[in-house]
Amino acid sequence: MNSVSHIKTIAKRELSGYFASPVAYVFIVIFLLLTGFFTFMAGGFFERGEASLVSFFLWHPWLYLFLVPAVGMRLWSEERRLGTMELLLTMPIAAWEAIVGKFLASWLFLALALVLTFPILITVNYLGHPDNGVIFAGYIGSLLLAGSYLAISCMTSALTRNQVVSFILSVVTCLFLILAGWPPVTRLLDQFSDSFPRLIEAIAAFSVMTHFEGFQRGVIDSRDLVFFLAVIFFSLFTTSVIIRSHRAG
Amino acid sequence: MIRVDNLTKAFGEKLAVNAISFSVERGEVLGFLGPNGAGKSTSMRMITGFIPPTAGSITVGGFDMVQNPIPAKRLIGYLPENAPAYTDMTVSGFLGFSAELRGLAGDAKKRAVHRAIEMCFLEGVIHQSIDTLSKGFRHRTCFAQSIIHDPDVLILDEPTDGLDPNQKHEVRTLIKRMGEKKAIIFSTHILEEVEAACSRAIIIDRGQIVANGTPQQLKHRSDISGAVILRVGGISGADLKQKLSQLPTVRKTVVVDEDKFRVQARVFPQTSAVDGELARSVGELAIREKFQIEELHTEEGRLDEVFRSITLPETVKEATK
Repeated sequence: MNSVSHIKTIAKRELSGYFASPVAYVFIVIFLLLTGFFTFMAGGFFERGEASLVSFFLWHPWLYLFLVPAVGMRLWSEERRLGTMELLLTMPIAAWEAIVGKFLASWLFLALALVLTFPILITVNYLGHPDNGVIFAGYIGSLLLAGSYLAISCMTSALTRNQVVSFILSVVTCLFLILAGWPPVTRLLDQFSDSFPRLIEAIAAFSVMTHFEGFQRGVIDSRDLVFFLAVIFFSLFTTSVIIRSHRAG
Repeated sequence: MIRVDNLTKAFGEKLAVNAISFSVERGEVLGFLGPNGAGKSTSMRMITGFIPPTAGSITVGGFDMVQNPIPAKRLIGYLPENAPAYTDMTVSGFLGFSAELRGLAGDAKKRAVHRAIEMCFLEGVIHQSIDTLSKGFRHRTCFAQSIIHDPDVLILDEPTDGLDPNQKHEVRTLIKRMGEKKAIIFSTHILEEVEAACSRAIIIDRGQIVANGTPQQLKHRSDISGAVILRVGGISGADLKQKLSQLPTVRKTVVVDEDKFRVQARVFPQTSAVDGELARSVGELAIREKFQIEELHTEEGRLDEVFRSITLPETVKEATK
């Protein structure tokens, strides 16, 4: 009936929860410092001699690997630890509304952190004439990537009341999603490609790297969109199953 | 309002709640008693829709909690055990959040928050963050959350736990007052609370209902219910016992306390004795014999004794005798 208002109420509470503690500010500062460091120092922004944000987006899968689980690890484990889950789930709302509301709040928070990287966009536009369409696609891809990691963190945080366990589980899961399509790993798997020709393709298809690549080049492919949205949907659905089975005892 | 039918919950092999049935109507306050681990909290969690039952049914206001949980939950206010709350929120923020989830907005929300703050004496801490509150305030904040939408049904899991005696008294009075218009279930360990606030009580032990009645009825199940306490001076215990044993209404006399000035005895009635008959006949005897009466009254029975006799396993009972 009024799912939207329920989701909004829960998201609002969750989001204000981030800013009530130093977590939000620490996260944003560290995120901005690290993106800056990787783009300019490790990514060789200037040495490339081209007006693009390739060196900026290149690092996002690795940066998010640790930062996004740090944002998502408390989502449900904190509810379980405090016992507020019992309050929340005895309210006249559906469990999925709570799950979606909490997820959207954290995603919005990550989006905010991403928006705050705008100085780099200004810099590159000041220095040259980049293709802003490609950059826009990169931002979309980055946001979807963050959303996928976040949905996975949401799922692992429902598994345990311990935030550290939740963090580690989600880092490992996300790492798997990176490595499946990371060139050194695919090259290694290539050695077996004779016996299992379709295997590498199948494994690489599960990787966020494969699907993020297109966005970096400025291509918004529907298959990549579907991949990220499917990861988000699947993870949130699994979250609801975990929560239901936890309640059933 | 609340109807529970053959409610059962199994955790693996263990039956936490075993086929309990009862109902609570508007205007009733039902006390839920039982030792720790008896299944009180599990039952309440099922009634509020937090955990699904293994078998049996729950209807609240005509809505089935399993089939149709949202409208059923709308009627309920719930205070879970240990009074959980979002520690990073302020008291007013938390109550506002609860009100919004209950579908209140704008002026209605403001009024509801204000009312709950007033009823739970939270005026002094409205803008304080919940993690800085003392246990009593935290408890009342969560209690305020449960009554924010003025629900028809209130489920309170140990509402007076962790409160000081004054606060306990306030909460008890509040429950009793609200009980006139709502259906309330609350669990407690404190037996005076049951007498003070409940119109009916259920004792649950190892997942099963072992007693169900008004506090008065339960007290009458006590062994000492109906016995007469007599304290007199100027006579020895043995003499008093001998004199009393001649009365037809007396089954037996136990000397409770004796020193050189006075004797205190508990006189048990014959099972056929009518209310007050024993006290009258003991009184007449005392006057005839010119005892120096210091005290004479009929015992109502004690809930804690009934509670112990019902919920202690037989072996423990033997050992403590």
